[in-house]
Amino acid sequence: MSETPKTEARRTQGWMGIHRGHNARPLEWLAEKGILVVSLTAIVMVFLIFAFVTREALPLLLGQMNSAARQAVIPVADLDKIPPEKLRAYLELTPEQFKAMDRDTKELLMQTKVDAAKEAPEDKDAGVNTTEWRYLLLPHQWTGYDRPSYIWQPVSTIKKYNLVPLIVGSIKATFVALLFAVPLALAAAIYVSQLSRPQYKEIIKPAIELLSGIPSVVVGFFALIVMATVLQKIFGYESRLNAFVAGIALGFAIIPVVFSIAEDSLTSVPRSFTQAALALGASRWQAAWQVVLPAALPGVFAAVVLGFGRAMGETMIVLLASGNASIMSWNLFDSTRTITATIAAEMGEVVAGGDHYRILFLIGAMLFVVTFFSNMAAVLVMDRLKKRLEGKT
Amino acid sequence: MSTPATTHFRAKEFRLGSFLFTGLTGAATFLILAILVVILTDVVIHGLPNLSWRFVSTIPKKDIFDPATTGILPMIVGTTIRVLLMTIFVLPVGVITAVYLTEYAPNTALLTRIIRAAVNNLAGVPSVVFGLFGLGFFINFVGKNLDAILHNGSQAWGQPSLIWASLTLAVMTLPVVIVATEESLKAVPPGLREASLALGATKLKTIVKIVLPQALPGILTGGILSISRAAGEVAPILFTGVAYYMSTLPTHLTDQFMDLGYDVFVLSTQSPNIDKTQPILYATVLVLLILTFALNIVAILIRSNMRRKMRLLQ
Repeated sequence: MSETPKTEARRTQGWMGIHRGHNARPLEWLAEKGILVVSLTAIVMVFLIFAFVTREALPLLLGQMNSAARQAVIPVADLDKIPPEKLRAYLELTPEQFKAMDRDTKELLMQTKVDAAKEAPEDKDAGVNTTEWRYLLLPHQWTGYDRPSYIWQPVSTIKKYNLVPLIVGSIKATFVALLFAVPLALAAAIYVSQLSRPQYKEIIKPAIELLSGIPSVVVGFFALIVMATVLQKIFGYESRLNAFVAGIALGFAIIPVVFSIAEDSLTSVPRSFTQAALALGASRWQAAWQVVLPAALPGVFAAVVLGFGRAMGETMIVLLASGNASIMSWNLFDSTRTITATIAAEMGEVVAGGDHYRILFLIGAMLFVVTFFSNMAAVLVMDRLKKRLEGKT
Repeated sequence: MSTPATTHFRAKEFRLGSFLFTGLTGAATFLILAILVVILTDVVIHGLPNLSWRFVSTIPKKDIFDPATTGILPMIVGTTIRVLLMTIFVLPVGVITAVYLTEYAPNTALLTRIIRAAVNNLAGVPSVVFGLFGLGFFINFVGKNLDAILHNGSQAWGQPSLIWASLTLAVMTLPVVIVATEESLKAVPPGLREASLALGATKLKTIVKIVLPQALPGILTGGILSISRAAGEVAPILFTGVAYYMSTLPTHLTDQFMDLGYDVFVLSTQSPNIDKTQPILYATVLVLLILTFALNIVAILIRSNMRRKMRLLQ
């Protein structure tokens, strides 16, 4: 950028884009390498986020956790018969703790286990390891239920970790949010980029930016205190807080995202497209609807995908406005618990390293993967679109 | 081809369609603006009468739900400290990354594209996942290891605290700073760089002495936007440092803190008597909004000023 093309051509491009043979002093050379290293932070952070969120969920993924309320018991007399490594895992000790412990303490610990087993609930499900995949994803007929069902009940004697109600909850709220926000944001994007007067644009764009500046906890508060009551009066449903209210409030939060991406891609369609359409006798709205919008369609798709990712990941709004009951139901007007709200509400009360803790990290990792791919898809589509439109001008 | 009657009919149809289409899209735009106005008006109408100097400057004793004695000084202080700490971490890294991307990085190289993709991705990671990351990485990994090395295993760093919350927020707002700084660096006319290089300055000197000072308003915007974004975020600090109640202000990096956004959450969900606490809830929301909006508006003004200048230069 800063050199003229001629010098650029003579210089070979060195390692990672820093010009070789460009006359920097040794200290400056070092500083420039430093700049390069610092600029890798973003990559490192994305990697670290994935690595450390998954790390906490890893024992679960590898099937090392056992959440059964009644564990298999080893009699104290067998202390010398079983291999030490197995005994250590059985007593739930770290290697250092295990080494430091004498025989008597080990016996005592084993005795406690035996005693605990005597007091364990006499439930048919008490011996079940509820962190196995089939209990996480498939319905199971728990004691007291008349048919197999999806239950998320992490705080009870038999801890039930079925993820399906949470996933359904997230999907419901996201669906309502997209249904509400996408048409509005898209229409506004078309209006602002194609039809409105430039002076309006100067006001509308910053105003919508301001909407994205409202903290999500405030949107959630507004949904909880004001909107929930108003919407209940209008639609007359039973539970005051539900996926519908949360979805509409989520819509407020994703409108700015969808709007700005859609507006951006609509504006990047060359003026000549519109001018050609107008010259052929189309009206302004026909040019916008039949020429500009199809040309910018991938951008609109990217906007929707990004909006989806944002809605799935939004936390405080759903935590405040969705009612937070983990009911397995597709009804939009039932109280709902989403993935994000579950993490936010329950992480404060779990035992670090326990199975509940690891489950929450697992669903966090799932969330990260979903948003990661929806982001990548949106970015790729936008890049392609930009290239194509620039190629045509 | 066609008779005058049909052309006439067509032209009429066009007008009706045009009217409908413009009307509908305009109405949608209006509705979005109306949402903004309604939220703001509601908060201001209910919040302003309950806002008092005593409320803003009081440290609550014990009961944060008692409208007569409670105050939000520790929340304001906590939020302010955590965002200021965050800027110390995020600004240098963000600005340097933006400098690399605009001044050094070859545009088509694989590494550049990976960095850009990473920045984009970071912007889309859900805020609650940042919270999990802060807990899993900063507290359980960095903090615990620091404790093992510095404190022989006693707990000082390996627990939720101010510094880990700020670092988590810094990671979260990194893309905001990078994007804003990049925009302002691109707005610096290439002629300035060429003039400086022609006078014999090295590339690094040109960047430090010529380009960065020119781009300062943009960097400032990035900083302000990141502060405003972080000030309102609650999810990332839930498990990394926020406290439900503290009788004193935080004094050390390893202290926990109270927070405005979290206070809004607590007052909305855990109040023993929602009718009684509603006034202080509204007042707290108003303070939070004033804080984030004032920053946002300043950022928008600086940026539109910068864009106008850029247009003039071109």
